[in-house]
Amino acid sequence: MLSEVPSMAIEKVMIKNNTSIIQDEILAHRLGLIPLKADPRLFEYRPEGAVEGTEFDTLEFSLKVRCSHNKVQTKDSFRPEDLYENHSVYSSQIKWNPIGNQASVHKDIDVGPVHGDILISKMRPGHELDLNLVAVKGIGKDHAKFSPVATATYRLLPEITLTREVNGSDAALLQTCFSPGVIGIDSNGCAYVKDARYDSCSRNVFRYESIKDAVILTRIRDHFIFNVESVGALPSQAIFVESVKILRDKCKTLLDELQQFYHSSSITHVNK
Amino acid sequence: MGEINKNQKEWQNCKGLREPIKSLQDKWRLVPSFLQVKGLVKQHIDSFNYFINVEIKKIVQANEKIFCDSDPMFYLKYLNAYVGTPDLEEGFNVTKATTPHECRLRDLTYSAPITVDIEYIRGNQRVIKNKQLIGRMPLMLQSSNCVLTNKSDYELSQLNECPHDPGGYFIIRGQEKVILIQEQLSRNRMIVDEFKGAIQCQVTSSTHEKKTRTNVIVKNGKYVLRHNALSEDIPITVAFKAMGICSDQEILQLIGTDENTIKKMAPCILDCHNLKIFTQHQALSYIGQKFKAKRYPTNVSKMKTPVDEARELLATTILAHVSVENYNFYVKAIYLAIMVRRVIEAEANTGAIDDPDYYGNKRLELAGSLLALMFEDLFKRFNWELKNIAEKIIPKVKAAPFDIVKHMRPDLITNGLFTAISSGNWTIKRFKMERHGVTQVLSRLSYISALGMMTRVNSQFEKTRKVSGPRSLQPSQWGMLCPSDTPEGEGCGLVKNLALMTHITTEWSEEPISRLACNAGVEDVRLLGGEEINNPSNYLVFLNGNILGVTRHYKKLIKIFRLFRRRGIISAFVSIYPNHNQRTVYICSDGGRLCRPYIIVERGLPLVKQIHINELKRGLKKFEDFLKDGLIEYLDVNEENDSHIATVEAEVDPYVTTHLEIEPFTILGVCAGLVPYPHHNQSPRNTYQCAMGKQAMGTIGYNQKNRIDSLMYNLVYPQSPMVKTRTIELTNFDKLPAGQNATVAVMSYSGYDIEDALILNKASIDRGYGRCLVYKNAKTTMKRYSNQTSDRILGPSRDATSGKIIKAHDILDSDGIAAPGEMVENRQVLINKQMPPATFNPLGQGQPQQVDYKDVPITYKGPVESHIEKVMVSSNSEDAFLIKILLRQTRIPEIGDKFSSRHGQKGVTGLIVQQEDMPFNDRGICPDMIMNPHGFPSRMTVGKTIELLAGKAGLMEGKFHYGTAFGGSRVKDVCLELEKHGYNYHGKDIFYSGLTGEPLEAYIYSGPVYYQKLKHMVQDKMHARARGPRAVLTRQPTEGRSRDGGLRLGEMERDCLIGYGASMLLMERLMFASDAFSTDICGACGRLASRAWCHACRSSAAVAAVEMPYACKLLFQELASMNIVPRLTLKRYC
Repeated sequence: MLSEVPSMAIEKVMIKNNTSIIQDEILAHRLGLIPLKADPRLFEYRPEGAVEGTEFDTLEFSLKVRCSHNKVQTKDSFRPEDLYENHSVYSSQIKWNPIGNQASVHKDIDVGPVHGDILISKMRPGHELDLNLVAVKGIGKDHAKFSPVATATYRLLPEITLTREVNGSDAALLQTCFSPGVIGIDSNGCAYVKDARYDSCSRNVFRYESIKDAVILTRIRDHFIFNVESVGALPSQAIFVESVKILRDKCKTLLDELQQFYHSSSITHVNK
Repeated sequence: MGEINKNQKEWQNCKGLREPIKSLQDKWRLVPSFLQVKGLVKQHIDSFNYFINVEIKKIVQANEKIFCDSDPMFYLKYLNAYVGTPDLEEGFNVTKATTPHECRLRDLTYSAPITVDIEYIRGNQRVIKNKQLIGRMPLMLQSSNCVLTNKSDYELSQLNECPHDPGGYFIIRGQEKVILIQEQLSRNRMIVDEFKGAIQCQVTSSTHEKKTRTNVIVKNGKYVLRHNALSEDIPITVAFKAMGICSDQEILQLIGTDENTIKKMAPCILDCHNLKIFTQHQALSYIGQKFKAKRYPTNVSKMKTPVDEARELLATTILAHVSVENYNFYVKAIYLAIMVRRVIEAEANTGAIDDPDYYGNKRLELAGSLLALMFEDLFKRFNWELKNIAEKIIPKVKAAPFDIVKHMRPDLITNGLFTAISSGNWTIKRFKMERHGVTQVLSRLSYISALGMMTRVNSQFEKTRKVSGPRSLQPSQWGMLCPSDTPEGEGCGLVKNLALMTHITTEWSEEPISRLACNAGVEDVRLLGGEEINNPSNYLVFLNGNILGVTRHYKKLIKIFRLFRRRGIISAFVSIYPNHNQRTVYICSDGGRLCRPYIIVERGLPLVKQIHINELKRGLKKFEDFLKDGLIEYLDVNEENDSHIATVEAEVDPYVTTHLEIEPFTILGVCAGLVPYPHHNQSPRNTYQCAMGKQAMGTIGYNQKNRIDSLMYNLVYPQSPMVKTRTIELTNFDKLPAGQNATVAVMSYSGYDIEDALILNKASIDRGYGRCLVYKNAKTTMKRYSNQTSDRILGPSRDATSGKIIKAHDILDSDGIAAPGEMVENRQVLINKQMPPATFNPLGQGQPQQVDYKDVPITYKGPVESHIEKVMVSSNSEDAFLIKILLRQTRIPEIGDKFSSRHGQKGVTGLIVQQEDMPFNDRGICPDMIMNPHGFPSRMTVGKTIELLAGKAGLMEGKFHYGTAFGGSRVKDVCLELEKHGYNYHGKDIFYSGLTGEPLEAYIYSGPVYYQKLKHMVQDKMHARARGPRAVLTRQPTEGRSRDGGLRLGEMERDCLIGYGASMLLMERLMFASDAFSTDICGACGRLASRAWCHACRSSAAVAAVEMPYACKLLFQELASMNIVPRLTLKRYC
């Protein structure tokens, strides 16, 4: 999911004019990291060595902003919002330029930055940005910007067993040693494991002599809790499905290779 | 003691005094308040202000009159002197105000005119002329005459200046120069030391006119006076007699009449009798004979008799700082007697020997006093030249009357000052002073390196000498100098840095002090005899090394002085302290003493109360009010040693404590103040960090984008550290940071992390971690030559056949200068400049103006391409075009780049790992960096582990934790915070391996640590060569990366190969791969032949071609040219 599920990201920035204080390379790097709203499944990888993109593998955007003095400024304000126009450039100002018949294939809302409030640059009067952006499909292995997730991770399900009865103040103490909702206290003042799933496994119980021996903290070896945080281009579940597909393809390739290897080696056997 | 016991009883009866003192809350707020008025770089500025506003006038006044021998009527008198505001000279008598930034960009000098009011004789008239220019003074930034002083942040930004820039440096020809603080032994003080087993008392006298050294030493059990002007040592009794103390009894009374002294002095007195010297005249003529032969006897000295000369010497040269009026030597004799007594005391008791490394005996020279020395020298030379001109010209009869103003050339003083500051060579012939490296270029690698440079103290000791004394940390440096910040290696302990609250005094006039002392019961020594002076109940009073008088109630005197000082009647920087062994009281008001503020404690209670602090918090009070109200006072090193200072309130002892420390963390300097929890670290680690903090890249100032420096490193996304210290806030490091907070996992990974190497996460790098910008500049000037020709710049050349612009000129604009935004590759031309072939000879009248210009392009060199950030076209001080191009590279961390935490833990990147292969914890946090745990046990940087914990807790709470020295957030609190947020109390979490997916067996200590990227990057160091340039003379490969040189197989490597027996490999490396040369040798005579013909044998019969190193052939030829014949014997080997 991190490295092999593809997504779209800005790869090339054609700078026509950049008089802002941010350097060209840094600006391009920042633009590249903006997550794009475009279903990568609908696009192809740009073939290696291709200079010009086609409508099937490229999305083109443009960003044209110019900062100027605010003509109708309020008198006493010194806030940059009131003094200048376009003093900060946000990702919402990126415009999509459909190429070929992209306009008919994709809807306008489906293409563009995921979040409109990503600050790209701050400007002052006289600064100007005029950029052409080219987004392509890529994978996270190449660059982190192509990763469709902020992070994808898993943990093992914690398992908490109480070896003896804990009650009274010890029970309250025990409760505080775990994440909220993990340990419950029943009407007798006895602690019981309510839901081990929520525990952050801080192992802080073992700091207290009085209840140290009452708890066994383990993990269930084959229970994975997956957590996929999508950046927004694809919903998390779709990313998961995609990743499983990639895994399936990989397995298939491996099996095919094995098959082939088996065949070829058996053929050589025959020859001998 | 009786007094104390009485007090003790009184106090014990009182209730409340026995209770512990409540500690003051937020006492540290005094520190920022202090830093607004003093400290950090203010001492430079104060000293420079004193120089341009006070001292320059004094210097001019001291040399105010010039007379001329050829015209007794003529004189020139300086009435006053001023230093103006910074401006530029634009043509004749036209000036324009300037700003420091303009000077930086245009390679100009930020300076102001020095003008004088003069009164002189022109013809027969007395003329007064005001505002006559005599030179230009480089101005220190933020000094009283600088345009930046007292400007708001907005105004500073209009001047293109960073509001956090400390100032305190000069701009000479576009270069920022700092005059380092110079440490030296204090002048005009007696210092008793042991030299080759003999005890001596030494005084280095220094006045405006002279600098001399006088010694009283023990020689064969007798006391003698030694001085440079005398060829032989003078018996001390003779010296006394020469000073008019002729009776032996009187001499002894001055020195001391106890039995031991008499016994010790007896041989000296006998000696004097043997020499048959009884009168002053006899003594003077004896001294007169011992003069060193003068090399250049002048007319004046020939006229004088030896007696007169000896008298003059005693009056003005020996102990020059003790003034003598009308040849009344009494005070000087007393001074000499005290010197002798010190020696006698030191002989009996080795404890009386002074420690030369004691910091109370040191004085620091700042920019002001150094420039004053320089200016006085130049001003004297200027006057001497004027006098010479006047003497030459006045006798000549001329139409117009002689006007001296026309001969005043400001260049002498201007150039003298400029070259002194830009070269750092302080040569003053008058004092035989020659110092190098007084100034340094301000290092702008990071904000901290610039700030750290302003607090640096340079010692006069020789760096190569292996002495431990001056290098080791002296207890008297406590609180004044940073105990951590010193370089490693040769400068260790000699180059120091000021602590945060140190201030260096400037001079204060002696007059009011001596008047006050007299009123406080000090009796003039001239009215007293030896017995009275040496009476055990009396204390001698010294003022700046001179005898002021005698007092009977020294306690009262000290008390009065301190009271007056606390009331603000005398300067806060006057110090007074007794020395009970010597029975003296010293009062100091001289410049260059280190001092530091303390809270006054009276009767066991600090005078600063919580109300005062609250008032300070609300802005009702400032530091100076505390000083004025007598709540706080400055103590210098000597007075500090006479006080009892408590570090914290709990240590206040009602009976003895006199002062309370404001904040303990102020004993550290600026650089050491960056380290969080330095009190948990092994001391050398803090020292290492002090050195590395100066190499860290980050931000150098808010005006960094406007600067065109020859080298500048910037971080793309600098962050302020998660774990701050008070010092960081005080020095504004959090606003101009140099580093990033990296999530670090302390674990081993892959084996690419041995020897402190670090593992970086590729995704972090992709997202901008450790990205930096490297700026370099290329510049040139277009000169105009004396023969009416000048340099020119041409547009890009085109290929003759295709008509396309050639590759090298690809990036040039039509004006011949590279365009901003373009990418430059190796060997591309940045400025297509051409130079005329002849620059001296004037072109003949008839000659055509068509000249063949020579190409002198400015090209880009470097394996990695750069971008052009901007181009500046301007003019410099010689009115020539100045073109500067700023080049930029964006660099991404790669394997081999150097990083360091703030605990002296540096390491290079060993491996860059994909995010999916990095370990991650339960919450999916993936570290940016993996550090090997082997870095901890031997380094003992516990501070780093605490920084990690505090940083992690800070992230959870959304606040910055403090790791201030001797304070800061406590580990326990931090850990509880972690626990509160569901993390392990000890900061160790479960991690899953990124490679296998299984949980790791050990818990991993992880959290954010502030990491600095250091300037050492692989890209600047990578180097390889197969073929390349060779040196012209020897034909061997060149040396060094900058010249694309070869890698040397050195002597030790050669030894290895010899030992191994790999002779053919040796042959290849040392000859064939280097400077193999085939030459002809005559087998008959063994000499070099040329073109298969031996000139000596006149035959070619035995000539054979031999392969040898070119250097070898060169040697033979050189030997031959010296009439030594090297002969080779040739043999067939196969």
